[in-house]
Order: sequence, then C-alpha cells, then structure tokens
Amino acid sequence: MGMKPKEPIRYVAKNMRLDLRLIAEMIPDGARVLDIGCGDGELIEHLTREKGADARGIEIDMAEATRAVAAGLAVIHGDADADLAHYPDAAFDYVVLSRTLQAVERPREVLRQMLRIGTHAIVSFPNFGHWQIRWKLLSTGRMPDTDTWNRPWYETPNIHPCTLLDFMVLCEQDGYAVDGWLAVDEHGRRAPWRRSIRLANLFGEQALFLLRRKG
Amino acid sequence: MLRAMNEVVPLPAVDHQRAVFQDGLMLDCGMTIAPLAVAYRTYGTLNEARSNAVLVCHALTGDQYVAETQPVTGRPGWWSNLVGPGLPVDTDRFFVICANVLGGCMGSTGPREEMTDAEGRGVGRPWGIDFPSVTIRDMVRAQKRLVEHLGIERLLAVVGGSMGGMQALQWAATYPEAVFACAPIATASYHSAQNIAFHEVGRAAIHADPDWCGGAYWKEGRLPAQGLSVARMVAHITYLSESALTRKFGRRLQGAKAVTFLEDVFAVESYLRHQGSTFIRRFDANSYLTITRAMDYFDLAADCGGDLSLAFKGTKTRFFVASFSSDWLFPTEESRAITRALNRAAARVSFIELKSDKGHDAFLLDEPEFHAALGGFLRGSAEAAGV
Repeated sequence: MGMKPKEPIRYVAKNMRLDLRLIAEMIPDGARVLDIGCGDGELIEHLTREKGADARGIEIDMAEATRAVAAGLAVIHGDADADLAHYPDAAFDYVVLSRTLQAVERPREVLRQMLRIGTHAIVSFPNFGHWQIRWKLLSTGRMPDTDTWNRPWYETPNIHPCTLLDFMVLCEQDGYAVDGWLAVDEHGRRAPWRRSIRLANLFGEQALFLLRRKG
Repeated sequence: MLRAMNEVVPLPAVDHQRAVFQDGLMLDCGMTIAPLAVAYRTYGTLNEARSNAVLVCHALTGDQYVAETQPVTGRPGWWSNLVGPGLPVDTDRFFVICANVLGGCMGSTGPREEMTDAEGRGVGRPWGIDFPSVTIRDMVRAQKRLVEHLGIERLLAVVGGSMGGMQALQWAATYPEAVFACAPIATASYHSAQNIAFHEVGRAAIHADPDWCGGAYWKEGRLPAQGLSVARMVAHITYLSESALTRKFGRRLQGAKAVTFLEDVFAVESYLRHQGSTFIRRFDANSYLTITRAMDYFDLAADCGGDLSLAFKGTKTRFFVASFSSDWLFPTEESRAITRALNRAAARVSFIELKSDKGHDAFLLDEPEFHAALGGFLRGSAEAAGV
C-alpha cells in the first residue's frame, strides 16, 4: 500500500457503486480479500477480474448470496458476528466491511476479528456526527430522520451508530493504525473536508477508514 | 453374472459398461478385493488437455445412469434435470463420469457379483453377506482407479449429493491435487447418530425377513422383498419433510372420501408402499446393507484427530457447499460446519442454504436456484481452470 498515513484517498469513478470504487482503489493487485456483507458480490467480482485478487465474501441475505454464488463467486451465507471467528490468523491482506459496522451485534469484536484475520481492514459506516443529525436531534428532540438514517428507532437495523471521532477513539484504544480516512457523501462522492477530522465529522455522511494491525 | 442369481434377483441381466482392474483394491478393513470392477457411464467428450472431466457421485440407492434411461427401471436418469447438454452440468462442455459405487448392485464389485478368492479366482457364487465391509474412502479409491484408467490426472470437479456429497468431500481430502473443484450437496462430514439409527431400522427389517436367509437368499432362490421394502419406506420418510408430506398427501384417503374404519388406506401409506415395492425390483438387499454401513462409518474429521479443517489443510480446491432448508436428514448446520472447517483451512468456499420445503429429496428435484448456483460454480471453476 503506497499510502502515507492520513493521506486522503484518491478515487476514479467508473460504473461500480462509488463507495465500492473507493474501496477497490485501496486494494492492490493480487491481494487476498474478504468482503463482509458483500451483497451480490459486485466488489469481489471487480477485484477478481480487474485486479487478479483472491476475493471472497460473506453475505447475510440468502438471495444476494445465492446470486453471488451463481455468478461463480466464493461467497458464503453467514454474518460478521458469527463467522469471522472461523478464519485463521492473517488469512487475508484486506478485510472489507462496507456500511455494515453499525448493524452488527458486537462492532468492537468484529473489528478485532477483522484485524486478526486480515493485515488491513477497510471499514465504512454512516457518520452519526453529521450536522443534519445533530441539528434534527437538537431542534426537534426526536430521533433523526435523514436519507441515511431513514428508519424509525424501533425497527432500524443500525443498532450501533457512531461518529467519525468515536471510531477514531476506538481505533486508538484498541491499537489499530489508521492508514487513511475519508469522508464521503451519501453517493460515495468524496467530501472536501479532508484536512480536518472535526469538519469531516460535521459534514461527512459516510466515513471510510483504512486500518492496519500495529506491529 | 451367475445364472442362479438371475433366477432369484428380479433385476434383468444388464450388461453394464465397466473397467476391470485385475490387481484389485486394498480396502480400509485390510482385505484386498481382486479383481475390482467399476461400472460407469460417461457423457460428453474429454478435451485434448483432459481437463474438463466432472465426476458425479451417486447417493445410497443411485447408480451410474445419471443422465440417461436407467436400463433396469426404464426411468430417466436420476439427475437428468441437472446433467446434460446445456444443463448446469453441461455435457456440451464437460466430460461427465458417473460410476456405480463399490458395494453397489449395478455392475461394480459388490455383494451381487461373483465372489473371488485370495488369488482373484471366481468361486462360483455371489459374495452375498461375505462381501467385506467397505467405506466411503474405499468407494473413492475405486473411482480414482477408474479416473486414472480414463487417462485423467485432475478432475475439474467432483459433484455429489447426500452420500455422493460424502464421496466428494472424501475425494477432496484424499486426492486434493486431483480435484480442482468440489461440490458436496445436502451432506455432512459424518453420519449422525439419528441417521445411523434410521439405517439400522432398515437393516433390522431386512435381517428380520425370513426370506433374507441370513444373507444367502440367492442360494435359496428367495428374496427379502418385505424387509427391503420396509427399509425403503422408512428411508423414504427421511428424504421428505413434514410439510412436503402434508402438501402432497395430507390426510387424504386412497379411493375413499371419509374414514370407514374398513381397511382404509391413507394416500401417504399407498405412496410409501409403492416406493417400497418398486425399490425391490431394482436394488439388492445385501448391497443395501453394505452401503448403509459404509455411510454409517463415514466420519472425515475422525481421520484427523477430530478437527475437520485438518482434512483440508493447505487445499487449493475450491468448494461449493449447499443445503436445503427443510432437509432434516442432512440439516443446514452440517453444511455450515463443513463451510466453517473449510474457512479454518482458508479454503475458497461458497455456501448457501436453498429454500425448499421438499426435504432431503430437494437435491434431486427441479430447484432452479440450486441449479443456477451449481451451474455458476462450475462455470466459474472452468473459467479459473482455463477450460
């Protein structure tokens, strides 16, 4: 990985979902990759075809997993909370968790497993520190209802929301090196507040982190 | 085939295509059986590089006639909905091999075939109950001989459901270099206590049939039809699910509108009796005993100190594991355990549970999602192998 710490991540938009494109950009050719919550396998198919990666996936939705398998991809039906423990240490170069961290049962344990089975982790999640969320909570006194956080509190799958800063603190606490971070808008377009984490925490709808196991 | 046998076994004498290996096969039980005959069928054309061979392994009562009319029953091949030109196991693209298992009764060395002595000479009577115990690994070793005989060093894929899935797993564990891709379907890495128990009920029914004659029914000119039929009826229940039985039969009566308490027959009874009575016309009772035992013995992890992942350590084989949601004979948890063991071995594995209410039998039926997934897995494997 030619990226210096804290250096913003470059992206080139092509046909793939933009946030996946950003993630694909971070992964070098021939890498061993595990994509947790891989959906129908868009990212792993791209990595396999374009980068000669050994890319595999886990997907909790059976219909999506079946589509991925029917496309010849190495995808298993499973979930982040239960299945990561079964992989050996350092089995992958990159473990990807895209827009899922906030929905898992034990995010800290999932992160720990990711950086046990992979040397790098790429994590994206919706930023609960976004100004609209702060404003809605302050002005209405009700749970925020935005494009990203669009389900009522009693049925949202996003049971562990956090802010960009919260995530930074957890990485610090658990000893993960942050090799890069990026705030993006809902469509995965890079946000311009990349020089200040506090501004990113206020204006970034989604956060994307590249982590590395220290030592 | 012995003339005497043809008189007692109601299977028509069929000249099965087979490969015979004079040096025989050393079995897990320590005995060598010689010569070894492997009856088989092939479909499609082996390419010049000999790299497009797909071995299909059959289940307990299956046979090598996977994609053509079964010569004894006249019914279509048991996986003819899956194996054929343009089908998921595409015979336009792949060279498909299917062999009758060791211990079977469709031409491979088994209890119905002529017994041989230590020197490999025929002794003029069938093996019958004297046929040695065989294991899933013995079956796989016999298939390996056939595959080598056909000049194939590496199989593109080994595919099988139920006991066929056990063989597929055993292939990948025993001959990892010879298996590029492996698809164990609706199976398990060991036979569970419940499954052994059901098998034992079937065997007990055969043993208790006076016509079984201690296994020498061929000598007495008799056939343990009742016992074998009951064994099939019990087994057939385990292949279905409660919801499938309810949907198909419910509490309907055969030929009556309401219960009269006079010899009423529920539709489900009639169906099971039919299953039992047709089975005895195509299967040998001693074969049934031999093969159910082989399944019961199967425990892949036991060969590796109880850790299944060690059976696949360092494997380069890619796997497709699939289960069916209503299969209680080989429940999804067993497939998930295989998947997790493969994950522990860092193997390349796909796993899905297919939604179906048809029970274990679903792997034989028209399940479009299953067919699409298996087809995709094989196409992906062929692409990766450069076929």
